[in-house]
Amino acid sequence: MVPPASHAAFRATRLPKCPTGIQGLDEITDGGLPRGRPTLVCGGAGCGKTLFAAEFLVRGATQFGEPGVFMSFEETEAELKANVASLGFDLTSLVRRKKILLEHVRIERNEIHETGEYDLEGLFVRLNHAIDSIGAKRVVLDTLEALFAGLPNEAILRAELRRLFRWLKDKGVTAVITAERGRDSDQLTRHGLEEYVSDCVILLDHRVNDQIATRHLRVVKYRGALHGTNEFPFLIGETGLSVLPITSLGLNHGVSNERIATGIPRLDAMLGGRGFFRGSSILLTGTPGTGKTIIAANFAQAAARRGERTLFFSFEESPNQIIRNMHSIGLRLEPLVKRNLLRFHSARPSLYGLEMHLATMFKEIAVFQPEVVIVDPITSLMDSGTASESKGMVTRLIDYLKAGQITTLFTSLTQGGQSLQQTEMAMSSLMDAWLLLQDFEGNGERNRVLYVLKARGMAHSNQIREFLISDRGVDLVDAYIGPSGVLTGSARAAQTASEKAATLAGQQEAGRRKRELESKRMALERQISGLRSEHEATAEEFRQIDEQIGTQTRLLTTERSELGRLRQADISVTTGAVGSSKPKTKTR
Amino acid sequence: MKATPSNRTTKAFERALAARPTEKCVLRLYVAGATDRSRKAILRARHLCETEFEGHYELEVIDVFQQPILARDGQIVATPTLVREFPKPVRRLIGNLTKTSGLFVGLDVAAKTSVRP
Repeated sequence: MVPPASHAAFRATRLPKCPTGIQGLDEITDGGLPRGRPTLVCGGAGCGKTLFAAEFLVRGATQFGEPGVFMSFEETEAELKANVASLGFDLTSLVRRKKILLEHVRIERNEIHETGEYDLEGLFVRLNHAIDSIGAKRVVLDTLEALFAGLPNEAILRAELRRLFRWLKDKGVTAVITAERGRDSDQLTRHGLEEYVSDCVILLDHRVNDQIATRHLRVVKYRGALHGTNEFPFLIGETGLSVLPITSLGLNHGVSNERIATGIPRLDAMLGGRGFFRGSSILLTGTPGTGKTIIAANFAQAAARRGERTLFFSFEESPNQIIRNMHSIGLRLEPLVKRNLLRFHSARPSLYGLEMHLATMFKEIAVFQPEVVIVDPITSLMDSGTASESKGMVTRLIDYLKAGQITTLFTSLTQGGQSLQQTEMAMSSLMDAWLLLQDFEGNGERNRVLYVLKARGMAHSNQIREFLISDRGVDLVDAYIGPSGVLTGSARAAQTASEKAATLAGQQEAGRRKRELESKRMALERQISGLRSEHEATAEEFRQIDEQIGTQTRLLTTERSELGRLRQADISVTTGAVGSSKPKTKTR
Repeated sequence: MKATPSNRTTKAFERALAARPTEKCVLRLYVAGATDRSRKAILRARHLCETEFEGHYELEVIDVFQQPILARDGQIVATPTLVREFPKPVRRLIGNLTKTSGLFVGLDVAAKTSVRP
């Protein structure tokens, strides 16, 4: 693709384009077919040449106000009307309103005899008359090569064809000429018409790969203009052709800062507390039976309950089956379906090719205008195409959804035995968030766990969570991470129980010890009080002894003084009651 | 020879074959403009009709430039084209009527010319 700046510079001088109105083709050709010039559309039988040409005319007449002439060399007017009616084009009305003129050119080889020189002036006159009668701007010649079968002289024919294309250019009409693909692969058309139509050549192709047919369109040549050179898948749907360009979409979609909840509060908590970004693409991978659809259904219910239109593409289960199954875990989807907030679209992946699936999805999205889209599972779809096709398809789907700011949740089935992350290599880089569901086997049971592998632009938990499904819904609980690794399910319960028992035992032990200590303390206290009474007893005894001694002393003194008085001793003797003064008085 | 019914019918059939066709042959010549090629084709067509049908013919010359609708109705692609509308089946001779062999095959008159040189 051309950067916008140089694009604008070219715009003034570039070739005038004639928009085809065919979905996607105008993007590839950057505006349409070369205006006023013939374009050759070639391809094998049944690849959609006539429908391409018919749509070019019908769109021109209805959308761009350019009447057109359809000159058919193979089908009659009635056949043509019937054939394009299947694409929803009402040719009869357009013909009546003089927007389109159908002209059948019948050439019967067995009626014709050549008797000399001739030219195709008859054809020119008819074409000219047809163009002038409705003021046509577009002309289709389908298939000119019938002339080669009908008219014997090829030399004259070639000269006349060259003149015809020159004449069409001079006439200023945008022409589409269809031609049968040559038998050799290097030959674009069976009769070498590409020699004359040199402005634009589009090749249509219908290939079968692994029993799945895909139509491809390629702009082989576009003189004087830039164009996508790749082979683009296209399909013929109910509303005409649509070409699905893989590479025309750039990485320039707007982003939103709004966050939306997942419907599982603990999961929101793991995603920075607020859930996913609006408009992001989320991948949910897991082995069979890990609960991918359940998380998807939770997400869908949460979105629909917020009043956001949610489209659920299911490639495994029918809508009723999903509603019933989700009912068993407490999700009520049916009222949301009735309120037209939630819509299911179920299809078998093998029903048709990848491109058709993609187109159907685009159509559903365009009709329902959802804010949230769920694809469950994307891997089923991938089986209906080759790896590169699938990746291309997912890229286009994601781009398409991102451009519309639609939040998308893809579930992806990982087969047992494969590395959990390897199979998603093709897709994971396109995704903004990636949740991994896994089951742990052990202790005779399988338990689901969930990780957030990546979540662009938000702080997210690195923790493993056990994912529980009960009839009340889903819940995430912390997995037990202990010395023996991650424990889930009954092992986690057992571990919790044994921990509880250990705690209890510890508490009991502590209580016992506490009681022991208490009694010991009591014993000590008793001891202390014994000692104290003993101490008191001793003190009492001590006091008594003191008292006794005092009494004795007094008695003794009294006795002695009495004795002295009785013996009529001197004063010094009477005052010598104090022992220390006695020697002093003696020395004095 | 007895006149049996089968003999009668055989004779009637032979008489019918010997007699000149009474219905007129209807021919239309489509040309494009007053070109030399057109003029030659018209002259040759007239000459052919005079010599082969001796007045039992209708020849209409149509210029597709003047009447393009007739070109569409007559399913004309190449010019000049001489169309034998009647008797059926329809024959179309395209070209300027110079290759006589093709011409006679086209108009079923080859046998007659070989009988009368």
